[in-house]
Amino acid sequence: MASLNRRWVQIIAAIGSNGYWPGFRDGAIYQGNLKKVCVPGLNCYSCPGALGSCPIGSLQAVIGSINYTVSFYIIGFLTLTGSIMGRLVCGWLCPFGLIQELFYKIPTPKMRLKGLAANLKYLKYVILAVFVLILPALWVNSAGMGAPAFCKYICPAGTLEGGIPWVLFNASLRSAAGFLFVWKMVLLVLTVTFSILIFRPFCRVICPLGAVYALFAPVSLYRYQIDEHRCTRCGTCVKTCKMDVVAFEKPNDPECIRCGDCIKSCPHGALRSEFFILNNSAPTTDD
Amino acid sequence: MDNKLRQRISVGLLAGSGLLISLGIFRGEVGIVFSKAINICLECIGLG
Repeated sequence: MASLNRRWVQIIAAIGSNGYWPGFRDGAIYQGNLKKVCVPGLNCYSCPGALGSCPIGSLQAVIGSINYTVSFYIIGFLTLTGSIMGRLVCGWLCPFGLIQELFYKIPTPKMRLKGLAANLKYLKYVILAVFVLILPALWVNSAGMGAPAFCKYICPAGTLEGGIPWVLFNASLRSAAGFLFVWKMVLLVLTVTFSILIFRPFCRVICPLGAVYALFAPVSLYRYQIDEHRCTRCGTCVKTCKMDVVAFEKPNDPECIRCGDCIKSCPHGALRSEFFILNNSAPTTDD
Repeated sequence: MDNKLRQRISVGLLAGSGLLISLGIFRGEVGIVFSKAINICLECIGLG
């Protein structure tokens, strides 16, 4: 995987997730059968170009529906994707991850989430529990339907991919933009600003989909391995990692998005990626 | 974690995911996802 050009895979995945060009041309949303299936990354299904459904939006839609408080379909999809790829999805397939990385390329002094700030990574699990699972199920209207709380109050991907295009395309929707739209625009501007300074701040602190895939880090089939005979603990991989993972100690850290930078940077060839673990001749660690 | 145990958990999760997806389809959850996704979700984009 590391030998593939990650940027091109990200671009292809972003175009593949949003490849309904008539949506941008005519201001019409795609209504075909592909929308029955989720894309693996965070991608608003209200984007004019969206060909598939957002797993986090879909999860809230089912949980907030009148009939169900849990979604076997989406939990099954997330389990399938997570147990095969884990956060490889974040690093390679998520359109909103790509957007943040492109903003990070703007040349400015950069910041790292270290020390106490590193604990902000736990916030995404709280957001997953409260805004994706609990509020849509319990905070319901008189008809028994819950709102998609994460999408409605937090998700900057929805604002960027859905809100802004529709406000530009559609005059009646433009007139509906009020305080909530302004609030979400503020969150989007903050996300973009922090993305210029910090590598993927939304993925690390806020994203509930990243939180779900992080839970699969210990068991996902795609994983990293360290050859303990080759590793000298020189720390080159740690300096290279923009997610601040200590790869030689914990190569399958839940924060690792499997970008492969540590593998490329290792001067001793001690790190590698693989599916399944078969007949290792050298002692390895992968916890 | 022992590699064999990890593989067993992974295979168990894969099998479980297939079961969950099938159960979700059987319960009609796909229809809810589809109807939400083919309409502009005003709440999702800050307009509702």
